[in-house]
Amino acid sequence: MERMPRWADIVLIPLVSLIVAFMLSGLMILATGEDPMTAATTMIQGALGSTYGWGYTLYYATNFLFTGLAVAVAFHAGLFNIGGEGQATLGGLGVALVCLALPWPHWTLAIVFAALGGAVFGAAWAAIPAYLQAKRDSHIVITTIMFNFIAAAVLNYVLVNLLRPAGSMDPASAKFPEGTNLPTLHEILAVVGIPFSKSPPANVSLFLALGACVAVWALIWRTRIGFEMRSFGKSPRAADYAGISTTKITMIAMLISGGLAGMMAVNSVMGESERLVLNSVEGAGFIGIAVALMGRNHPFGILIAAVLFGFLYQGGAELGLWTKIPREMVIVIQALVILFTGALDNMVRWPLERLFLSVGKGDR
Amino acid sequence: MDFLELLQVLDSSLRLAIPLLLACLAGLFSERAGIFDIGLEGKMLGAAMMAAAIAAITGNVWLGLLAGIFASVVLAGIHGLASITFRGDQLISGVAINFLAAGLTVVVAQDWFAQGGRTPSLDGAARFNPIELPFAIGPSDAAETGRRLNELIAEASPIQQVYSELISGHTLLVYLALLAVPLSWWVLYRTRFGLRLRAVGEAPEAVDTAGISVIRLRFVAVILCGVLCGIAGAYLSTALLGGFVKDMTAGRGFIALAALIFAKWRPWYALSATLLFGFLQAVVVRYQNVEVGNFTVPVQFMDALPYILTVVILAGFVGKAVPPRAGGQPYVKER
Amino acid sequence: MSDAAIELRGISKAFGPVQANKDISIRVMPGTIHGIIGENGAGKSTLMSILYGFYKADAGEIFINGEQTTIPDSQAAIRAGIGMVFQHFKLVRNFSVVENIILGAEDGALLQPSITKARKSLKQLAEEYELNVDPDALIEDLSVGHRQRVEILKALYREADILILDEPTGVLTPAEADQLFRILERLKAEGKTIILITHKLREIMHITDTVSVMRRGEMTATVKTAETNPQELAELMVGRKVLLNVDKAPAQPGAPVLEVEGLSVHDGDGVQRLKGVSLNVRAGEILGIAGVAGNGQTELLEVLGGMMRGTGNVRLNGDEIDLTGKYSDGQSRRARGISHVPEERQDEGLILEFAAWENVAFGYHHDPDYQRNAMFMNNAAIRAETAAKMERFDVRPPITNLAARNFSGGNQQKIVLAREIERNPDLLLVGQPTRGVDIGAIEFIHKRIVELRDAGKAILLVSVELDEIMSLSDRIAVMFDGQIMGERLPGETDEKELGLLMAGITGDAA
Repeated sequence: MERMPRWADIVLIPLVSLIVAFMLSGLMILATGEDPMTAATTMIQGALGSTYGWGYTLYYATNFLFTGLAVAVAFHAGLFNIGGEGQATLGGLGVALVCLALPWPHWTLAIVFAALGGAVFGAAWAAIPAYLQAKRDSHIVITTIMFNFIAAAVLNYVLVNLLRPAGSMDPASAKFPEGTNLPTLHEILAVVGIPFSKSPPANVSLFLALGACVAVWALIWRTRIGFEMRSFGKSPRAADYAGISTTKITMIAMLISGGLAGMMAVNSVMGESERLVLNSVEGAGFIGIAVALMGRNHPFGILIAAVLFGFLYQGGAELGLWTKIPREMVIVIQALVILFTGALDNMVRWPLERLFLSVGKGDR
Repeated sequence: MDFLELLQVLDSSLRLAIPLLLACLAGLFSERAGIFDIGLEGKMLGAAMMAAAIAAITGNVWLGLLAGIFASVVLAGIHGLASITFRGDQLISGVAINFLAAGLTVVVAQDWFAQGGRTPSLDGAARFNPIELPFAIGPSDAAETGRRLNELIAEASPIQQVYSELISGHTLLVYLALLAVPLSWWVLYRTRFGLRLRAVGEAPEAVDTAGISVIRLRFVAVILCGVLCGIAGAYLSTALLGGFVKDMTAGRGFIALAALIFAKWRPWYALSATLLFGFLQAVVVRYQNVEVGNFTVPVQFMDALPYILTVVILAGFVGKAVPPRAGGQPYVKER
Repeated sequence: MSDAAIELRGISKAFGPVQANKDISIRVMPGTIHGIIGENGAGKSTLMSILYGFYKADAGEIFINGEQTTIPDSQAAIRAGIGMVFQHFKLVRNFSVVENIILGAEDGALLQPSITKARKSLKQLAEEYELNVDPDALIEDLSVGHRQRVEILKALYREADILILDEPTGVLTPAEADQLFRILERLKAEGKTIILITHKLREIMHITDTVSVMRRGEMTATVKTAETNPQELAELMVGRKVLLNVDKAPAQPGAPVLEVEGLSVHDGDGVQRLKGVSLNVRAGEILGIAGVAGNGQTELLEVLGGMMRGTGNVRLNGDEIDLTGKYSDGQSRRARGISHVPEERQDEGLILEFAAWENVAFGYHHDPDYQRNAMFMNNAAIRAETAAKMERFDVRPPITNLAARNFSGGNQQKIVLAREIERNPDLLLVGQPTRGVDIGAIEFIHKRIVELRDAGKAILLVSVELDEIMSLSDRIAVMFDGQIMGERLPGETDEKELGLLMAGITGDAA
């Protein structure tokens, strides 16, 4: 059977989809009476034109790496975890509780336990939908959506009633102790003599995220449990035949997925805000879906997609700052990217497939 | 809590239930046809913005309503294109539509009105106003007697209280939405269209071999979903409130989705589910924290209750909710 | 010469590089039953799908009652008076019979008049053709035979003159099949034209007036049924003399390997699928399970293979096997020396997206030889072993990295067999070993199964192909309605006797 070459599937289709999405975004900017080229240069300048811009881009990218990997791991086991938002929210709570629990002597110690705390809380939040899917056949997409909202309510309650320092009106926790403050890229790069802007929040969590990329890759393609996850994801019936436990795979995949989403909080809560605030996730859980989609659920692809979305986030903020285009324009661009690389994938794929087929025939 | 206070809570329950009800029925038509829709939220939001914008510009709420429906139908059309024509993932399409609406509403509102992503506030003919039913005590009586409406109602008999407080005094859309329940039931179970719609969500191959176009049928369902979501969104910005603000749907699309599962994809159950969820919202609005005995139920728990209840239902501990069999699957012909 | 009810001229259809139908011409006279016979994948269903408007032919013409017609969609086919009964029923399971009947053939926008009309019409049709079904019953509550009747009624309600049935007896008991044939005779007597697609020679000989043979997308012959015989048709089907007997020495059975006593299984809906099955398989012996599909054979294999839970008493080499607990899964079965070639090769035996080497490890991925250390798998070792296995089983193309999807049916099955047989199991469970497999591979597969038997292993074979059961088994057990109706030796029985048992009629009653 004639198929498209692999590179077309992995590189060409996402690229074409992306171009279509960007062109449509350009048209929309045009419709608001602004110049798309100016907008594009503003975004590129603002996000990639300086170490300041890069610092923000990489900060956002770190968030998206965690949530993107979370979606991908679940996806390999055939599960659509749309609950990254809620799991990251709870992860934030886990990170905050760890940070506030002790007067941490040094960040190296704190980050280990904070990451663990975030992962455990995120995993726990994913565990209930996972269990209900495995044992009660409850659609995990719906339950994880519901758990996103429940997580928001839980966090709200905890912040307002439990973690809010006495006398503060702000629904936020106390500032974390000094010992939990993570070194920023500025501080890290200064060690090797590279100058980097001081203000952006990009921090050492970036390396934690990169480590997670490698770990996920090894997990999926090199371990037995990864083999079982992929088997189950491709064909639950075949997995049953092979004696692979539905419950075990569903639980493990979702726990890892939720754990990854929860670890995002190390970057956003511990690295950036240094206290727990409402809505620290800011939609990163949903962006993770787009990142995983674009990255074809492969850690390397996810890395590229995460940086792309980081660029969009930071570029969008610059857009709102320097032009009349509101920063919500970026949400539109994101939506179009999700739409074209995800839901409308076949709109790009089918014509390309036909093209390759006709070219293939001509060769013979 | 006295009787009148209860009535007032119920009255606001009804008002808050209406957008949920319309969106829930919208989702019902789509999902019964086999197209999952987690983009109810986005469609409502898009409609809310367009309805308020056009109503503000033209001063005519009916044109606003039409514009709202139009916006929602366009988004529904995208969902149809993605999930029916191009057999894409319906969930991902829904996510994209929610984002699209969240971004576009602000961008457009900002471009048109430059008021920070909101529309000008509406009054007069630019919004839906309460209808005073005959013999009900309403604002006109208050104006005549020069007393406060609350006092007038408080003095009336219980039946008159129910009639004036709960039944009368809503906008036209409220009555239309309530009417949509029996109408939906009738369409679904008593007409050819309904039979085919239910069939295409259960066994599209049966519909296809019977010589009916699965694609057309599903598109009609998706567009119908768009229309109802459009009315729901327009209700939010032109009847419940007077104008659009950023993210004004505030998760209502997802509560409607929860209600749909709660209702097991049936119209009358949808009414009860949305009234229940509307009641929860009304209680939150009015009381913040609810006292049960010595125990204070936190407001956040009330907020989360619709979602928690839905998870319980989904878990099948209280009556199993079985979705349409072919739901979420793009239809591909096979031998 | 009168007009044919259906005439096809030069129909061709390709799916990508695969030529499913090649220049096919056919004439079916009104009031006759015409058979189309051919192996799986010969292109029969494609041809009928073209006639029913599911696919558009690349070339060719269709004439209905002498008039040239185009059939762009099913609606057009229905208008042309064609009704189709698909192999997999196209019914809405939670709808009533009458709702299914009117779906797509409603009169007007309101349902009530259509339902009233359909009820009346159903009553009439029931009297006319012995097609009794309760109009208010839900489809999901009906037996398979009754569901098929609903499909026929659907066609008749739409006033079809031409009825196409695609493998209608695959899911029926012989008794139900006989009933179906009586209905078809009745329809024929009323002047309806019937096209029967099947791969079963017996049915063709039994009921058709004329028969066309298809092979690899081509129509190899059209003959009068009265003027041919099964051997000739079989040759036409496969293109050469068929070896109906497998070359094998008499079995030399040893001690019992598998002993099953009172095995019962309920499915997810709570329906009892196995009702106290008892049997045993000895070392060096093939026990064949004959039966119409859906009488519990699948469940028997699945419960023994660890895919279903059951109750009863099962011993392997004298030791109890766990049927409900922690050790009732496929992994535990493999650890005990049970290998399983499942009935559904593509849905269960293989993961089509996986490469050949991943499929060779599939199910045995806990094998110590496949591990690099406690955490990681040794993919290189698996690849090397796969290459060797592919050579020994003559899998073509011998590319370990190729996805299973891209192998032909026969080669896919060889991959599964290579994985399962080379584990040298004490007991091999085999379901439908040659379904959808080309004839060359069939011989190879049969030979390997016999070789395993000769190596002193026990084999439990399930097949709906009676010929396969007859030629491969050393003993035959017949299943009906979740029970073993009896055991026979292949040399001492015939298709007729087995057929009666398969219908649930034991020797004394018949």
